[in-house]
Amino acid sequence: MSYEELLTETALANEQFIVMTAENRALVRNLPAILGKRFIDTGITEQTMIGAAAGLALRGRIPVVHALTAFLTMRAFEFVRTDVGIANLPVKLSGFIPGLLSDGNGPTHQAIEDVSLMRGIPNMTVFAPADEDDLVKMLPTIWRSKEPAYTRINARKTGYVHEDYIPGKAEIISTGKDVTILTYGLLFEQALVAVDILKEEGLSVGLINMRSLKPADEQAILDAAKSNLMVTLEDHFLIGGLYTIVAETLLKYRQTADVLPFALKERWFRPALLPDVLQHEGFTGKQIAERILGYQTSHIQPDILKSQFAE
Amino acid sequence: MQKIALNVREHIIRMATDGGCFIGASLSAVDLIVYLYTDFLNVNADNLDDPDRDYLFLSKGHDVPALYGTFVELGLLEKERLNNHLSLADHIYWHPNTHIPGVEFHSGSLGHLPSVAIGVAMDIKIRGGNNKVVCILGDGELNEGTCWEAMLVANAYKLDNLVFVVDRNQFQANVRTEELIPLEPLQDKFEAFGAAVKRIDGHDFEALKDAFDAYPFQKDKVNVVIADTIRGKGLPSIQERADRWFCNFSAEEIDQLLLELHGHAITELTSETLIVR
Repeated sequence: MSYEELLTETALANEQFIVMTAENRALVRNLPAILGKRFIDTGITEQTMIGAAAGLALRGRIPVVHALTAFLTMRAFEFVRTDVGIANLPVKLSGFIPGLLSDGNGPTHQAIEDVSLMRGIPNMTVFAPADEDDLVKMLPTIWRSKEPAYTRINARKTGYVHEDYIPGKAEIISTGKDVTILTYGLLFEQALVAVDILKEEGLSVGLINMRSLKPADEQAILDAAKSNLMVTLEDHFLIGGLYTIVAETLLKYRQTADVLPFALKERWFRPALLPDVLQHEGFTGKQIAERILGYQTSHIQPDILKSQFAE
Repeated sequence: MQKIALNVREHIIRMATDGGCFIGASLSAVDLIVYLYTDFLNVNADNLDDPDRDYLFLSKGHDVPALYGTFVELGLLEKERLNNHLSLADHIYWHPNTHIPGVEFHSGSLGHLPSVAIGVAMDIKIRGGNNKVVCILGDGELNEGTCWEAMLVANAYKLDNLVFVVDRNQFQANVRTEELIPLEPLQDKFEAFGAAVKRIDGHDFEALKDAFDAYPFQKDKVNVVIADTIRGKGLPSIQERADRWFCNFSAEEIDQLLLELHGHAITELTSETLIVR
């Protein structure tokens, strides 16, 4: 099932749902014809869209709003915080091309502080599915909840079949005593590659798909801290994302760990097509594994699919 | 209405001490707010949760003493609660919030409620309802780009169930609008955005009634009322004074101002003025 199919099914089954977009229709192309007046395109007005979504929610609606993540979480930040956050309304933000998925767009479109910004808003929940299968397993729960929610939309197909989603819980893919990789979103794909290489090199490796970043699965983080090395892997600034969440959690429980963070440190990434961006920024599975190992290997990096969308 | 408005002005003056309030912007909006709640809007103590009620959104926010004063007169709010202004024991502070029955949405950050009002008006349209939605804007607030973004969207969605009312008191926070960011010709601007516009004296109840009796002004067009008002209206000692925007008066001054409101001598104000934002 695709994102659009799930949204169509959800909105048809429940009149409360309103689908909105700030003229970003990549994920909702067929919905205007299907939903009629329950599809609202406000044009390129992220702020007005969010304010209007708050108004619709006041009337008992559940607006699912779409825009490029950079503009949804930054241009409209104060509207999200002030109109959705303060009022604690069930507005569901679907952020398109988050993180490295903005590939060739350049720094204006790079949403790599979105997790940091959204998790800083009281009442807001934050989710980052690993791929399309994960996305459609998580969204029904996210849309059903009464809370405001921000989802990093990632509809890439990886072929991995995920477990059912349990609210607020991470998906434990494997456990290991040498290394545990914690990741979310797009880089899950590369983490799978890295885990294979590390295992072939003889390490006992754990992998955790965080899924929910707020609330974060504290127990999963504490369990991962028992490995000799924790790795946080994210297409986000180092500040405010998963590395920060891990640090906050460990401090809260008076624990510490050796943590190797993969993230963007105080800089934007070089714009290019996604496979080249991953290679350039050191985020391919092979590069991740070799940095953890501390040596080069003869393993071959599988081809990385280009992104489908380039808006 | 005159009597109610006078009572509301008294409530406002009494809130302008022990921490103070935005008295100038409150006094300019009093007649508007009183008119809307006593004649135009179907809102009362018994229908605050009724989805078929009308909605008023106070976007400029600083005029909340005028709203609460009106609520007291309408029986939505106990008069004693106004004594809790700025007290931790209550939620009566410098901007509106939904802890106070009758407040539809919080405000304070300018340029937000036009879009929230649009969302409510859109839902009413989708459901085929007849409720009216009013959003009161400050004229200084019109500096915010989101007010104009909202006008574009309201026009696109033909929201003739929505009325934007501009409290045109000629002042930004500290400066006359026309000296800082000129707004005129304001009616032309709104008309160019597709609105049906009426410009009236915002202190004249008959003019207000004539204007709102014509709602909806034109099919498929968002309604705009530019209400020409006077900042500090009712108190000659602070009227149209740039430095009497936010006021925190002494108890003696409050007594004098209440007399001034009823036509007695103009108060000699000695309390500090505030020209910061």
